[in-house]
Amino acid sequence: MRIRALALAAGISVLTGAVAAALTLTGAGATFPYPIYSKWFNEYHKLHPDVEINYQSIGSGGGIRQVTEGTVDFGASDGPMTDQQLAEFKAKRGSEVLHFPTVLGAAVPSYNIPGVSAELNFTPEALAGIYLGKITKWNDPEIAKANSSVKLPANDIVVLHRAESSGTTYCWSDYLSKVSPEWKSKVGTATAVNWPVGLGARGNEGVAGQLKQTANTIGYVELIYALQNHLPYGKVRNAAGAFVKPDLASVTDAAAGAAAHMPADFRVSITNAPGKNAYPISTFTWLLVPAKIQDPAKRKAVVDFLHWMLGPGQQMTEALAYAPLPKPVVSMEEKAISKVQ
Amino acid sequence: MSSIPVSRESALPKGRALSFWRRLRAGEELAYTITLTAAAAMLLITALIVYVLFSQSALSRAKFGWGFLTSSTWDPVAGDFGALPFIYGTVVTSILALLIAIPLGLGSAVFLAELATPKISNALTFLIELLAAVPSVIYGLIGIFVLVPILEQSVVPVLKTAFGALPIFQGPFYGVSVFSAGIVLSVMIVPFIISVSREVLLAVARDQREASLALGASQWQTVWRVVIPNASTGIMGSIFLALARALGETMAVTMVIGNTPQIKASLLAPGYSIAAAIANQFTEATGDLYLSALIELGLVLFGVTFVLNGLARILILSTTKGGHA
Repeated sequence: MRIRALALAAGISVLTGAVAAALTLTGAGATFPYPIYSKWFNEYHKLHPDVEINYQSIGSGGGIRQVTEGTVDFGASDGPMTDQQLAEFKAKRGSEVLHFPTVLGAAVPSYNIPGVSAELNFTPEALAGIYLGKITKWNDPEIAKANSSVKLPANDIVVLHRAESSGTTYCWSDYLSKVSPEWKSKVGTATAVNWPVGLGARGNEGVAGQLKQTANTIGYVELIYALQNHLPYGKVRNAAGAFVKPDLASVTDAAAGAAAHMPADFRVSITNAPGKNAYPISTFTWLLVPAKIQDPAKRKAVVDFLHWMLGPGQQMTEALAYAPLPKPVVSMEEKAISKVQ
Repeated sequence: MSSIPVSRESALPKGRALSFWRRLRAGEELAYTITLTAAAAMLLITALIVYVLFSQSALSRAKFGWGFLTSSTWDPVAGDFGALPFIYGTVVTSILALLIAIPLGLGSAVFLAELATPKISNALTFLIELLAAVPSVIYGLIGIFVLVPILEQSVVPVLKTAFGALPIFQGPFYGVSVFSAGIVLSVMIVPFIISVSREVLLAVARDQREASLALGASQWQTVWRVVIPNASTGIMGSIFLALARALGETMAVTMVIGNTPQIKASLLAPGYSIAAAIANQFTEATGDLYLSALIELGLVLFGVTFVLNGLARILILSTTKGGHA
């Protein structure tokens, strides 16, 4: 009886072993690109049944930590690694880590003001003032001057921000640091900051829920979330002086505007990017790939996947409401893949 | 141990297992060893958790020292961390929850155990125990989408007109607040108090009640003077269980507390709790000091639980000992 059961178990394990992929890559990191990543990894597995890619969306910080420790084959992050983190990676792993932009995201200002249904225009000074707690009324001249056709109430502004650390907060605070020296010195750029004012809500859905329920609120949400849930959101004045409505095209334009000054390691912030149609609060999200991969089979799988992601993979982004990479960035990345040794 | 009914014999497994049972039944020492091991394992697990929290937070402890407990700054960018607003939020929400849940829970436990017919009592207890099984994220969602609007439109305006002079009900109310978190927590912990207290009340010996009634006490006097004092240790246990749940609750609290690390006298102002801060920031925490500070927050939560539990024990012991020896 026992022997037969053992034989059966052995048989099953042999069978499943044959069915399972010959090669499994594991990755971990950012939650924001998780829907497109899981789509990509799934589609890629269909095309290459011998390669399976597991991805855990544990957050950007966790992705950076795990790839540095070498517990995963690649990481993913909504913010580029800092110089200090790069040095730590090099000290621990003895090689460089490469950043590969995959898709684009953006943070958009959403609001709920009773009696105001018009699309509001926000100047950088207005957003920075509101989030620094200096602009406290909706009819403040800084907001009113960009919205001359809208009658704004004299109500107090209730400021909302994300409670948990997130790539969206990184993008938002990075933008405010660029347009406001005061924000830069007082608060700075990070996935979680010391907010001068406001209430913290958990997740995009928390911010959206609070927006809906509380009057005179302003909050920032991920563009994809705003699109899919039909939240109202305003335009933001970009570096070229135009008020731009955030959408997939204007986010890709921001990346194209930044491509001209793209550093070789792709660690670039594209907030407040030049370009007439560029939406200023946009960001890349990155895959973090070690430059040295010992196992040749794994190396080949990673390289092949990166090529596929930049080619057919980019065609799938818009269906999931992610902005695709602009062409010049794709060709720069194609060249950079050869650095994976 | 030596006089287990013979009828149990047939239910025991055959073969080697039987001899194991025999040995177990014969050997008091074996049973003693097994139960001791189980108890020691619990102690070991607790000690290990404290050890890990202590050793992993070394960086933060070295940098901030005791100032970590008294500083109100939480700035991940500058790397300056202090736990005071989180401690405050955790303690205030938990105490508020207990203040609401203890009378509510004890009242319904007494009704279910002493006054209701067994049929009603069992049916209601089943429903109450279902409450304890609801995932905390559901409580959080109900809190933000149902409770908060009710508080905003009906409850808080009334509280403000009645008690507006008190500092705890002053200032603007945005829905999410320490007050809302306390109420959501009270609903979450009340099933623990009811369920455990009811069992304890039911377990009070029947002759105790009969003796009291025979001496001419009314039913209420019997419950208040005889049954509850007899069950007080168990009721205390239920309150500690509820308190522990309230201190450690994460998801439901973070959804309604407003997640703002500040200390305001008003209960209507937003706050932050230790568990919520850890859950919100741990995944994305970059940098060793940030991570270490979050782990130290966990250590602080351990300490807060320890101290509050001790204080509650002293408080309850001193109040119950006065009346009944």
